[in-house]
Amino acid sequence: MTALQTRALVMPTRRVRRSPASPVRRPANRVLFNIIGAVVFVCSVFPVYWMVNLSFTPGNQIISRDPSVVPREPTLRNFVTAWTRPAAPGQTDFPNALTTSLVIVIVVVIAALFVAFLASIALARFAFRGRHAFIVGILVVQMIPGEAMMFTVYNLVDDMRLMNTLMGLALVHIASVIPFTIWALRGFVAGVPIELEEAAQIDGCSKPQAFWKVTFPLLAPGLVSTGIFAFMQSWNEFTMALLLMKGSNLTLPTWLNSFQSATEATNYGAVMAGSTLICIPVVIFFLIVQGRMTGGLVSGAVKG
Amino acid sequence: MYATASAVPARETRAKRRRRSQSISAWALLVPSIALIALMVGYPGITMVWQSFTDYQVRNKIQGTPANFVWFENFTKILTSSDFPAVLGRTIGIMVLTTTLIMIGGILIAVLMTKLRRGMRLLVSVGLLLAWAIPPLTATVVWGFIFDTEYGLVNWALGALTGTNDWHNHPWLLNPWTFVMVLTIIVVWGAIPFVAFTAYAGLGQVPREALEAAEIDGAGGWQRFWSVTFPAIRPVLGGVLILQIIWNMKLFTQVYALQSRGGIAAETNVLPVYLFRQGIGEFGQTSAIGMLIVVIMLAISWYNIRLLLKDDDS
Repeated sequence: MTALQTRALVMPTRRVRRSPASPVRRPANRVLFNIIGAVVFVCSVFPVYWMVNLSFTPGNQIISRDPSVVPREPTLRNFVTAWTRPAAPGQTDFPNALTTSLVIVIVVVIAALFVAFLASIALARFAFRGRHAFIVGILVVQMIPGEAMMFTVYNLVDDMRLMNTLMGLALVHIASVIPFTIWALRGFVAGVPIELEEAAQIDGCSKPQAFWKVTFPLLAPGLVSTGIFAFMQSWNEFTMALLLMKGSNLTLPTWLNSFQSATEATNYGAVMAGSTLICIPVVIFFLIVQGRMTGGLVSGAVKG
Repeated sequence: MYATASAVPARETRAKRRRRSQSISAWALLVPSIALIALMVGYPGITMVWQSFTDYQVRNKIQGTPANFVWFENFTKILTSSDFPAVLGRTIGIMVLTTTLIMIGGILIAVLMTKLRRGMRLLVSVGLLLAWAIPPLTATVVWGFIFDTEYGLVNWALGALTGTNDWHNHPWLLNPWTFVMVLTIIVVWGAIPFVAFTAYAGLGQVPREALEAAEIDGAGGWQRFWSVTFPAIRPVLGGVLILQIIWNMKLFTQVYALQSRGGIAAETNVLPVYLFRQGIGEFGQTSAIGMLIVVIMLAISWYNIRLLLKDDDS
């Protein structure tokens, strides 16, 4: 998922209260719509199902050119192979890539949330000169495709002596998620009424105290979902990881890319097993935050 | 609330002082973000602009020698080269194709979801969410295997359906046209859920009364959609459309991974992949390509930035 994509999705909103148009009454139409719905469901799910199916299918059955709906002799060997075999000669294996990805992702999430949180307070709670300019700047930075600058970023990372290090890629990821994290958190902070803080101040809190004790706890869901989006973006990022990381420092996507190009034809099952393993955390996190995903764009645009 | 001053002039200066201190704390809070963006986006950005006008190469970098300023030489070289115009044309073509399919498909599925009963709607939502959650690279690997030359499901199914051997070892990725077809399927499959959910949420905001009034006035289903529903969700769709255009202009992962499964890179490159494949060496030229991409993207994004700013003001 790109920065842009995530940015559009994460904008917090009041939940859209909807009353869907009444379901169709005529039975003939209902059957038709249900059939189309089933087709949509099957088309959406099929590749995922097929990936999982093949990941449990023994290699010799995959190349027997006789596909079956469920694995005839389910096996875990593909997962073992994916877990233990190096992506290619001289390159990392899955556990190592997993560690690399996890370290980078954790650093990115913590750093990006912290930095963006400070900025979002400034944008949502202070009136100051240059606020508008900063917001325009954030949006413009957001729109610049990072890929366009890949080689100057490469040189920069090289000049900082961070080539092929976890820190180097983490810095690149932090910078690429920060604009959208600021934008998203700004919305969450602005969504907490200032009156709550003012009430706390009347009751004797100082301004920082009021923020910390009243607003901050209400921001927890916003921080979690913004953090998850940063997580997914860093976890899935491919281009810069491909450019900056080599050998034993591959992240999971680059590991998968090497693995699928290098493994011989008999090991498709292992490639599918590796893909499945990579998908699991993303799918889980995605389902956690999905409730917040639509609507942001909607309410903003409709209001206009 | 803060101002408890008694005398009028004192209150004024205090307000002014407060505003200044507010300003200082606000900028203090912004310092970390500004520093990071300046280092990781601003500096490379400015370097890229400068280098695009020079013949900076990896040789200069190693030897530490300065590059020569060559004005627009890089740009003319790229724009008159044999492959760049083709890559640009292909990028735009793929963008138009995928965006059109994604928008139409997404809106149709959203409308379908409003027609479904609860259980079925939940099922469709779950399917769409799953498709949405799958990382692009994984999706490409899986779809690539479904279209695999030797062991792919598609070739097997086509063989079984037609009862012939015509589709035996059919190389889908080797031909640029079928490569684009497979790519389109992957991209559309991954992007439709976003459009469908957003359009569905938009449909929920269409005023019921207007629809009922139109029905009483005798408008048919299609007419109601076209003159009541569509105008109401058009702003939403506008935003989504711009985002789709941007994302589909800068496809990288899917194209690159599909190429490494057996496509001919030279005939299937799109802008970011083309840039990536220039490799490390001619930094002046790669900067110039990057500049062209940035200019194109910002020109497309301008409407979206204004839309988001309007959102911030309200």
